[in-house]
Amino acid sequence: MRDAFSAELCNIAEKDSEVIFLTGDIGYQVFDNYVSKFPDRFFNMGVAEASMITTAAGLAHSGKKPFVYTIIPFLTMRAYEQIRVDVCINNHPLKIVGVGGGVAYGHLGPTHHATEDVAIMRALPNMTVIVPSDPSETRKAVIAAYQHNGPVYVRLGKNKEPDLKRYNYDTYQLGKAAVMREGKEIGIISCGPVMNEVLKAADELSKEGLESTVLNMHTIKPLDVEAIKKLADQVNVLVSVEEHNIIGGLGSAVSEVLAESGKGKTFRRLGIRDTICHGVGSQEYHYKKQGINAESIKNTIKELYLK
Amino acid sequence: MRELKNQEWLSNKANELRIEILKMVNKSQGGHIGGAYSVIDVMTALYFNVLNYDPKNPSWSDRDRLVFSKGHGCLALYTVLAEVGYFGKENLDKYCVDEGLLGGHPERGLIPGVEVSSGSLGHGVSFGVGMALAAKIDKKQYKTYVVISDGELNEGSTWEGFMAGAQFKLDNLTVIIDSNKHISLGRTEDIMNVEPLPKRLESFGWNVQDIDGHSMSEILNALDATQYSQGKPNAIVANTIKGKGVSFMENATKWHYRRPKGDEFPNALAELEALLK
Repeated sequence: MRDAFSAELCNIAEKDSEVIFLTGDIGYQVFDNYVSKFPDRFFNMGVAEASMITTAAGLAHSGKKPFVYTIIPFLTMRAYEQIRVDVCINNHPLKIVGVGGGVAYGHLGPTHHATEDVAIMRALPNMTVIVPSDPSETRKAVIAAYQHNGPVYVRLGKNKEPDLKRYNYDTYQLGKAAVMREGKEIGIISCGPVMNEVLKAADELSKEGLESTVLNMHTIKPLDVEAIKKLADQVNVLVSVEEHNIIGGLGSAVSEVLAESGKGKTFRRLGIRDTICHGVGSQEYHYKKQGINAESIKNTIKELYLK
Repeated sequence: MRELKNQEWLSNKANELRIEILKMVNKSQGGHIGGAYSVIDVMTALYFNVLNYDPKNPSWSDRDRLVFSKGHGCLALYTVLAEVGYFGKENLDKYCVDEGLLGGHPERGLIPGVEVSSGSLGHGVSFGVGMALAAKIDKKQYKTYVVISDGELNEGSTWEGFMAGAQFKLDNLTVIIDSNKHISLGRTEDIMNVEPLPKRLESFGWNVQDIDGHSMSEILNALDATQYSQGKPNAIVANTIKGKGVSFMENATKWHYRRPKGDEFPNALAELEALLK
């Protein structure tokens, strides 16, 4: 997904000379093409995220269109107050692109995992929050972020995620969920690369006669409230799946809609269970441990459905 | 009391640990080898001749504290901790293996001897200030040592810690800067210059020593001198070489994080073995 971001950033910068890219010393060889084409519009701000955010806000204030990039915890959490004041309170249209959503950095451990970022970014007024699930969707998300006149947070995975190809990417629309598959019994709402596990689970359930609708809620804010309500009317069991703490992220956002709509349906949030993902393990290892690999998702849904 | 080692023994040990690190990285998907090689001489000196600790009792209240702030350089920390007996060396074989002990950054509470979880840069100096301040409050004799990278000097929080250390006159605190002159994407001076580092640190009120971070005699002398500073915290600028010990890794940005490919492993191993005495 980071290569897709880099490629699309080049396309945008080609057409718009106000676009500027700032990194917090991350992205070895990832942005070589951009740097060779636009050396005067590339700034490595060093390992200094707070300074990077506020510098970018100053650039935006002066009419530039900055994209900032580094590893998510350092980008969103180290510099959170800078994002709140310099980006959101001042409402500057910064594009904040983070790499390593969820447990993408696996073995590099909890300092590099991003499992609370969606919650805190979603809580900021003026902020748009996008979580693409594959490289092709990343390109659409980056274009949408660029075109949106306001602050945007784009949460990337890492690299080499497969394209899921379950909907026509040309229909991508900010704030509108994409339907990845349709079925009458189960509703699954998800976003990000964990979508791959969700689709595998849904396909397996289908073999066992349980059909699911999978909503790709790539924009967590503004949330596609109508799509959630419509899904709640159609199915009896709803599940959200996210590579994030179950507190504050997609599952919370969906819960809020369901609670306020009065549509009492069986609902379960799947995600990181309010814990730090301690211990040495790959992304797949932590998926399994947290119950968000395909098999666990499938089993949880079956339990809920048969209850 | 441990038997102190001579300089030749320590340098040789550091090179043995470089070989261990190379093997660990070669078995894994990759590791921060360059920054481990720059700091391994300092870490070897600290753990064999300077720090007061008990590997059988890692939480001993009077132990000297070592905050390894440049968490990405953890291969240096792991090999030293295994060598002095905090955990079995067999754990080194499972570096970054699912359910192994040792991951890509050190985790407190899981790995014996790891004082503080690290991996996010710019925390160590202030953490050390807190530990050193606690020792003053409790009238404890333990010393606090913090090992940081020069990249961490980019973070404003590091300088906030330098201000606080001087403000509270923490002469029981020593910060060692592994100044290998490179950060992830290139040379520090090209990206975010931190020089003249000794002068900057002096102007923050620290007692500063500027040394060759691969010279065992200079490392030991500098650490010894910190015992005599009064009312000022200590900073040791260890001028080092990223990737030190393997010719093609030295000062090469690509060896910030990498796994050897093709002939790189045997070639690196041969170079390091030739250094052993």
